[in-house]
This record gives sequence, C-alpha cells and structure tokens, in this order.
Amino acid sequence: MTRKLITGNGAAAWGARLARAEYIPAFPITPQTEIIETLAQWIDEGQIDSRMTTLESEHSMITTAGAAATTGVRTFAATSSQGLLYGMEMIYTVAGWRAPFVLVNVSRALSAPVTLEPDHNDVLAARDSGFLQIHCATCQEVLDSVLLAYRLGEDEKVRLPVIVNLDGFYLSFTREPVEIPDDKKVDQFLPPYDPGETRFRAGDPISQGVIVLGGSQYSYFRYETHLASLNALEVFEEASKEFEELFGRSYRAVEEYRTEDAEVIFFMMGSFATKAKDAVDRLRSVGRKVGLLRPRLIRPFPIEAIISAVAGKKGIAVIDQNLSLGKGGILYTELASALYSMTDKPVLVSFIGGLGGRDITREEFYEMVAVTMKAIETGKAPPPRLLYSKEELMQMKGLQSIARVEQRKGRGKR
Amino acid sequence: MYRIRFHARGGQGIKTASRILGTAFFLEGYEVQDSPRYGAERRGAPIFAYVRASKKIINERGIINKPDLVIVTDDSLLLLPIAGVLLGVTERTVLLIATDETTEVWKKRLNLQGLVLSISTQAAVESHAGLPLLGVACVGAAAQLAGAISKSALEEAIHEQLQPLGKVIVEESLAAAMAAYDQMEPYARCTTEREDPSADSYESPHWIDLPFEDARTSAPYIHAAATTFNVKTGVWRTMRPVIDLKQCNRCALCHIYCPDGVISLDAKGYPQIDYQHCKGCLICLLQCPTHAIDAIPEHGQEGEIS
Ligand code: SF4
Ligand code: SF4
Repeated sequence: MTRKLITGNGAAAWGARLARAEYIPAFPITPQTEIIETLAQWIDEGQIDSRMTTLESEHSMITTAGAAATTGVRTFAATSSQGLLYGMEMIYTVAGWRAPFVLVNVSRALSAPVTLEPDHNDVLAARDSGFLQIHCATCQEVLDSVLLAYRLGEDEKVRLPVIVNLDGFYLSFTREPVEIPDDKKVDQFLPPYDPGETRFRAGDPISQGVIVLGGSQYSYFRYETHLASLNALEVFEEASKEFEELFGRSYRAVEEYRTEDAEVIFFMMGSFATKAKDAVDRLRSVGRKVGLLRPRLIRPFPIEAIISAVAGKKGIAVIDQNLSLGKGGILYTELASALYSMTDKPVLVSFIGGLGGRDITREEFYEMVAVTMKAIETGKAPPPRLLYSKEELMQMKGLQSIARVEQRKGRGKR
Repeated sequence: MYRIRFHARGGQGIKTASRILGTAFFLEGYEVQDSPRYGAERRGAPIFAYVRASKKIINERGIINKPDLVIVTDDSLLLLPIAGVLLGVTERTVLLIATDETTEVWKKRLNLQGLVLSISTQAAVESHAGLPLLGVACVGAAAQLAGAISKSALEEAIHEQLQPLGKVIVEESLAAAMAAYDQMEPYARCTTEREDPSADSYESPHWIDLPFEDARTSAPYIHAAATTFNVKTGVWRTMRPVIDLKQCNRCALCHIYCPDGVISLDAKGYPQIDYQHCKGCLICLLQCPTHAIDAIPEHGQEGEIS
C-alpha cells in the first residue's frame, strides 16, 4: 500500500493505468490535459502497455473510443466542458452502440462567457445520453471510481459507457493523499474485458448501430438501453461491496454523512460536498442536527437509496452547482420528482451556488441551514436562492464601468 | 490546520515551491492539500498557490481566505491590487516577502499590523539556476516558521520534487532552502494553526436578489475597441528581452511569433518592442535565429513599469 500526494488528474491517470486500459484516444483541453500528458509519459517510458492516438477533435475521439470498445479493447478517454459538448453527437451515439468504456470529464463551466473553473452544466448536458455518471468528491474517489466504472459498464447486465466526473481546479490540479491500490488486487477486481458475442471483428463482420424507421423498433432499442442503465444500480452495489472487501473503501451509490439523526441535510454532488462536510462537523459541534447526502451516481439516479436516506428528515437544502436556464437547479428537479410519491416529505429549499467555480463559504453553508430551518418552521419553502452577495454585484458594476456599459446604452437607436 | 498562501508570477516556480512544502508536511505525517491557481495566462501573470496541512482529514477546499502565512516571491505584486496578496491578512498573519527593501518599509507602505519578514532576492539571482530558487528559499523559511517540518523532511521533499531537473538544481535548491531555514530560526513556530470561530456566531452573507438588467447591460460585452491596450502587461515581466540590432538580420520571426503582437517593425524592417505590453515570455528570444535577443532581469532596470 502506497499513499502519495497526487492531483485529481493524476488519480484519473492512475485509474486508467491500474485498469490496464489498452487504448487511449486523446484530445487536449484545460483542465483535463494533465491526464493524457501523464498517460503519454508513462507510455513513453514503457511503464504501461497502452496505445495512444491523438485525434483532431473530441467528436472523433469519442467515435474512436466507442469503436475501439466494440472490439473488446479496454478503452479510456478524457475531456472537459466545451470538448464534451463538441463530441455530444457521438456521446449519444456510442451509448446506443452499447460500447463500454470510461470517459473522464473534468468539469469546467460552459461558454459564454468563457471561463476555466468548474460547474456541472457540462456533464449534466450528457445526463440523458445513456452514459452512466459517477461523480467524485476527492482525488482518492477519482482513482477508485475509474476502476468501479469499468466493472459497472462492462457488466453483462449493463454494457454501457461511463463518465467519471471530477471538478476542474478543486480536484484536477489539487494534490491530496491518495492510496494507490495494489495492481494484483485490481486485476482480481477487474479481469480483462470480454464482450463475447457482441464483439466486432473485421474477420467476422457484423453491423452495429443500425437504422430503424417507424418508431417501434426504435422504442425497443432505446428502452432496452434505459433498462440496462437501471440495472447498473444493482451492479454498482455488488461491485462496491467487493471493492470494499478488497480495498477497504466503501462507495455507496449515495454517500450519507452524519445523517442518522439529522433534521436538515445538504443535498449536493461533486467536490464542494466536502466543504459541506466541513460545515456539518462545525455545526454538529454546536449541537445542530445536520448531515450531508451526496449522490455519487447521477445516472442511473439512485431514487430508492435517496428516499430511504431522507425518510424522517425535516428539510433538505439542495445545492445545485448548475443552472438549467429558464427552470432552475437540475439536482433540485431530480430530487423533487424522486420524492413526489413520498408521504411526509421533507421541505426542499433550492440554492444555486458555485457557478463557474464561485466559492461557497462556510458562512453560506451555515446560512443555508438557517434558511431551511425557517422553511421547516413555516412549512413554506422560499424561492430559489442564488448564492450571490451585495459585494459581488458592486464589483460587477465596477467591471461594467470599465467595459463601458453605460456609455454605449442607446447605441442601437442610431 | 495550517493555511499557507503563495503569491508569485507565472514562471517563478511557485507551483513547485508549494508542492515541496506540501510534500514536506506530508512526510511529517500531516494530511495535505496543495494546489496552484492560474488563469488563461501563465508566464508573468500574477498567480497564487496554497497549502493546507492538518493532522485531521481536510474537508475545506479552494482559495484560502484567512491565511496563517502569506509568502510573496515578487514584491511588485504587493502593489498590484488584482493580485490579492493581502486578502484576509490580519494581525495574526505572518507575511514573508522576497524583497531587497526592509520589512519596515513594507509595513509602513501597506499599513500592516502583523509580523512581516523578508528574505533577500540577491542570493537567488546570483545563483546558477536563477529566479526559481527564490520559491524554494521561501519554502525553507516557511518550514521553519511553521515549526512542524524538520530539515530532513524538507531535504527529502526537495529531492522528490526536483530530481527530474537534475543534480545541480537539487543542490542549489537545497542550499537556498537550508539557508533560509536557518535565517528564520529566531522566528521558529511563529506561524500557528488558527482556531476557527464557533458555528454559533457568524456573520450572515449579504445575499441579494439579483435584479433583471437588459442585454445592453447584462450581456458579457466590452463596449469599446482596443481596451486591452489599457492593460499594461509589461508589469508582468520578470525578464526583459533586449534586441541587439547589430546582430539582427531583419528576418521578422520575433515579430511573427510574439504571442502578444508587441514587436512591430520599423520603416527599415527592424523590430521594436513595446515594453508597456511585453509580458516577458521570451518566445522571441527562443525564435531569433541570429541570437540577437538577450534577456536581462527586470528588477532595477531603467524604465521598469509599475
Ligand atoms: S516581445 Fe518577446 S518576451 Fe515580450 S511578449 Fe513578445 S515574445 Fe514575449
Ligand atoms: S528574430 Fe532576431 S534576427 Fe529576426 S528580426 Fe527578430 S531580432 Fe532580428
């Protein structure tokens, strides 16, 4: 057992290495590039026996990854943000091929305006594609999730590609202590991939991803893919149990942190959830009954695990690090629909925070608990709240004066 | 928990410095989180890095708002509000500056209440490896100030992080770090882990409901041309490219390759550098086929931009 300081990007590369990924189609984008740089260096030094191809775009990269996976080669790829969106046509397509591989996405908020720092609108744009999604909160979890993702996607009951998501900067460039699992044990957990009858071979041609018209066959294929995704809930449970036995780290589909007797819980995903843990510990130390619920799996969405975890809670502060423009927080919507059939539902309060990597301060976590407590008392949830301060708006106004917003007003009337 | 923030310019080796400090803490049995922060621009741009170290699991993330120790490897950043060096600095924050001015000057200039310490930039500049040594010297000082890192852990961390750069760099870095470690002995342990205020009393965030503003105001536009001209990226420079026109054959490669387009050609086809905007990346120097371009340290030069 070795414990080393590595970045989230380094952890993703270690995951690919330990999974013995054989093929790595690559295209660079900040903040992901360090992953393929690391793998390229290992290939160059002869430390891993993989083949890397640099492609001319993410669209080609995802096509290539899907095509390689149908031949039964264990395939790894990584992208981020605009790159994921550029390849989006193929994200949906390769999922329909039922080609299992792992795509690491390093979350970075989408343009416009352009930024480099994270939120989850990029990865959530792939939510309905058929890719499974595992979201990580620590560098250790990134490494372990890549291994779990292969087990999950390659399982006969599933056969789907998997996105492993980590936040740009907050994980990608941040070093934390990570235990590098023993490779023999990883081999035991993750034997070579055998696609069996679905393997594509040039010498034994088959057609994949065929055309169907009329809707009926289409419905069949799409719904089958949906059922495969739902199967992943059970497969994830099995795989994570085995993982825990071998490596001693437990990954449930939904992480529950100090929720046992909690009255208020935070519900959020990604690395900012560790900030919530910090706030939970501090609030607990002054006697507040708070906890955190963090879905690791976003697709499939672990509805039953969530319902059983929130039973008896009075209120939930849902923190969305994303925004569906014209609707609101995506996680809030997902959670609300999941809990609709429940009796004695907790009050849900919606917060939008951390867009474009904006920090969420400790005091803001405290305040979200206070707001949720008030909603419990009155039985009425306030409207969604953007975490944004008076000071930030003042700063914005300063920047707008540099950008000469005032001066140009009325310009169109000329 | 120790919360330590580094400020520097891209290219001064701050990422490596923060990693050496992080590694040294880790070797001493601490949980560690270290990370550099930079924008789209690298070399010369103000950047920062941070290190957290604690005996317990670290759940905090991101920018350190209330640092115990702030390290500045380029004193020009102290006068640049956008660099944010003084963010969250209180009377209990220790400020360590690589500077050739006295700490008294900085205390007065910035109206600082807390402990201000300095290490000289001279030794580092004179060394074979040049400026990046400043970062590692600051790490040596920080290790002593925190009092949690032994010389042997510091040495091992330097070896681990700098080995790939070769023996000379490792040896020079060790010498610079150990000298700073010894220099700071009178201040050993003056950087302490802060007790955080209880969750019972806190200042509520000043949240507001964002008002609607129409697209003339709220679209992300800059409503004027050539505004980048107002941003004097010349202040980013740590090294200044200087062209010896006698050696220049007017091939114009420097003019073509300069990423900021700040080398123009005069009527005779000779290159001219706009030092108000040259950020000091030295790409021109690497491109010049006749080696007509030299680099000199910016500090103390005539016409230094500030
Ligand atoms: S003039 Fe040379 S050093 Fe200055 S910005 Fe251009 S290429 Fe870089
Ligand atoms: S690259 Fe060198 S030789 Fe060519 S124009 Fe520039 S300074 Fe002169």
